[in-house]
Amino acid sequence: MEELQQVAASVLVLQVSILLAIELIWNLCEVLFIDAAPAGSLLLHLLDWVRLHKADVDEKAREVLQSESPAEHRDYWDVVVSYVLQGRLEEARQMLVKQAALQPAARSMYKLIDTLLSRMPFYNPGGNQTLTEFDVKWRHWHDEVNRCLQDNSFASNRHLEIICKILAGDEDTLLEHKELLSTWYHFLVTRLLFSHPTVKPTELHYYAQSCLTMFLDSRSVPEPLDNILLAAFEFDIHQVIKDCSIALNNWWFVAHLTDLLDHCKLLQSHNLHFGSNLREFLLLEYASGLFTHHSLWQLAVDYFDHCPEFGHVYLELQIERVPLDTERKALKVLRICDQRQMSEQVRSICKIMAMRALRNNRLGSALSWSIRAKDAAFATLISERFLQDYCTRGTFSDLDLIDNLGPAMLLSDRLTFLGKYREFHKLYGEKRFGEAAKLLLSLMTAKIAPRSFWMTLLTDALPLLEQKEVIFSADQTHELMFCLEELTSCLNASALGSPKTSQDEDIELTKVELLRLSLARNLAMAIIKEGTVEA
Amino acid sequence: MFVARSIAADHKDLIHDVSYDFHGRRMATCSSDQSVKVWDKSENGEWHCTASWKTHSGSVWRVTWAHPEFGQVLASCSFDRTAAVWEEIVGESNDKQRGLSHWIKRTTLVDSRTSVTDVKFAPKHMGLMLTTCSADGVVRIYEAPDVMNLSQWSLQHEISCKLSCSCISWNPSSSRAHPPMFAVGSDDSNVTYGGKVQIYEYNENTRKYSKAETLMTVTDAVHDIAFAPNLGRSFHVLAIATKDVRIFKLVPMRKESTSTGPTKLEVQIVAQFDNHNSQVWRVSWNITSTLLASSGDDGCVRLWKANYMDNWKCTGILKGDGSPLTGSSGQPTAMSTVVGSSVQTSQSTLNGIKKCQTLC
Repeated sequence: MEELQQVAASVLVLQVSILLAIELIWNLCEVLFIDAAPAGSLLLHLLDWVRLHKADVDEKAREVLQSESPAEHRDYWDVVVSYVLQGRLEEARQMLVKQAALQPAARSMYKLIDTLLSRMPFYNPGGNQTLTEFDVKWRHWHDEVNRCLQDNSFASNRHLEIICKILAGDEDTLLEHKELLSTWYHFLVTRLLFSHPTVKPTELHYYAQSCLTMFLDSRSVPEPLDNILLAAFEFDIHQVIKDCSIALNNWWFVAHLTDLLDHCKLLQSHNLHFGSNLREFLLLEYASGLFTHHSLWQLAVDYFDHCPEFGHVYLELQIERVPLDTERKALKVLRICDQRQMSEQVRSICKIMAMRALRNNRLGSALSWSIRAKDAAFATLISERFLQDYCTRGTFSDLDLIDNLGPAMLLSDRLTFLGKYREFHKLYGEKRFGEAAKLLLSLMTAKIAPRSFWMTLLTDALPLLEQKEVIFSADQTHELMFCLEELTSCLNASALGSPKTSQDEDIELTKVELLRLSLARNLAMAIIKEGTVEA
Repeated sequence: MFVARSIAADHKDLIHDVSYDFHGRRMATCSSDQSVKVWDKSENGEWHCTASWKTHSGSVWRVTWAHPEFGQVLASCSFDRTAAVWEEIVGESNDKQRGLSHWIKRTTLVDSRTSVTDVKFAPKHMGLMLTTCSADGVVRIYEAPDVMNLSQWSLQHEISCKLSCSCISWNPSSSRAHPPMFAVGSDDSNVTYGGKVQIYEYNENTRKYSKAETLMTVTDAVHDIAFAPNLGRSFHVLAIATKDVRIFKLVPMRKESTSTGPTKLEVQIVAQFDNHNSQVWRVSWNITSTLLASSGDDGCVRLWKANYMDNWKCTGILKGDGSPLTGSSGQPTAMSTVVGSSVQTSQSTLNGIKKCQTLC
């Protein structure tokens, strides 16, 4: 159990580190490609970027400040130096005040460093100052820092000397603080801050490459992340995408990054006529991967919608493969297909569900699915089954469904008959005999009922004929008799072909005779009734 | 990044074919032990054998599923010169509880005089049609006119290919611009007839299938053949497993209104890979034709993918026991997968490895 937890924890740690790396890359791409800051602002953005991705400085600072005597905390100078390395000079000054309070004798030195720190110019993009003016001012300040170093102003205080050297942009000093910098790109930004703050975007990659080389030990090799960042500093978007594709094992990051860059029209500007195809290619890959997930597949649909060339056909192919575990899932899939007028997929899915229902003898479900599929042939088949069921068991299953067919009834003749036949039963049940009788007759005369069912219908007519009250009019009775004759002549013809047991024949004959008798009696009563003048 | 899962198939002899159903939740295996086994994937991802029965009186070479629109239907073909169609019967409730189902034979197709080497259903838009090919070089196309009655099949076409056939594949395209088309591969050692892959196309006027093309550059025995899903393209893509892996592009040429013969096809080779360094036995496409899997006598499964420039490359190698080959391309370095780890099932033999449709 503990082992499992450890494994789970290490997986989580790994995933967090991947996420942090992805954020790092994404933010850098934003700064370099999308904000596309010019010289001056560029460094400020990069400074923000480094600060955003180095959270441990604040943690350490909190720890130090919360201690009893911050200036004597062992991490105190680390915090101060870290602040300086990140260009957070105001905060460095505030920390130094505490130290200055402890060393009244060195007051002048602390005053001097404070002055240097406060006077460092930072470019203001929104201000009136041009870049050249800023550059002049900065050089002036830089010269002042160098003078302090040459004057050995901080010779007696090692820490302040270090800070001054950092401000002067001394590379060796910076490299001595590799642990505090922790990454080569931090080193890069710091170096630029204190030696070349007006760096132009086109010059970045020179500095980046040299910083990487300087920072790494002679033994260590650049990691994939380093290569990706380097490619970004070189403004080689394609290389960034390619390296990310190789380093990461799913398309999530590259797909979204490429999509963003494409929307910013950055892929085209790099003279790649297949810019938009690359975006679509990656999005299709990513979305196809999503489709394998039991719930994320619904997201994939949206992605396909935004792929103009192949999105629709990919969706068609993928969506019909979604396993239709439950009706609810099937309905979800259908809604998606309906919204996009994917009628063939709708038909296919409904057919699959109808078939499955039929195999499991759920006739009602099968019928509703085949109605949805607009599959007349299948609807006919299922209606036949219903009718067969009725003949053998005397009752209908799934009455709700049949009662509420509505216009769907017209899908197939057999289905119409089923619906109407059930209506007949309802009318009979409600004792609306006149309407029931009319309906029954029309089922036969309008040829809605299949010939095979006529005997059953006529048998159903018997109770109506036997009522005390006359229900069938004389004309109607004539028609019934006509139907009976038609039926018997048909049966006689077919009887020659199919051998029937004598028992079956007897039953048939008895039925027919009963019917003839009832019909005759009814006819008589009907004639009398119609001939009688109401008093 | 792949996760491999091994399933103890319990077949008593070599497994010759593995086939996933349309949704990738069921699997059928067939073997020289003359039986077919059906496996179902449970909710937790485990595969359970839900049916196992003797199907033929000889080695069963191939097994294939019909489209679920026709129900749960399987077809198998065998060395015993027959092909059979099976339908699943929903069993008694206690069977269901034990997780078992029954399959009954609906029909046996006995027209072949030699071993039947492949059986495939035609694309569903053509109705319920089954195709077999035999060692005597005859391709037979059967149709079940009533899809609710699987015991009635009529032989619609009998095509003699002159070479012993080993595999068939239907072009899945349902576009009106493409008449029905299938490809036949041959493992015949005869060298007189050069091309070992033939393409046949249906002719509306003659109501018959006629040969549209022979791929003359394929001269070695062909073990498997597979059309890629069409994607609305005007051309067709065909993968072939022979002494190496080959992918061909077949471009229909503009037809004159007066011509009555089959469409002329321009044949272009898109890629050829001999990485298996041995006979390649199976090729299989994923759903969107973006990934091709091949298996070979080197005991490996290789995955092939085209980048957006249409250059094909190997993106993964798996050994038959499911372990990745060290040093293969696509190995993760610092970063690993967060979403989308794929599952590849491996079996106890080397020849029958098929791409799961859910792998992308």
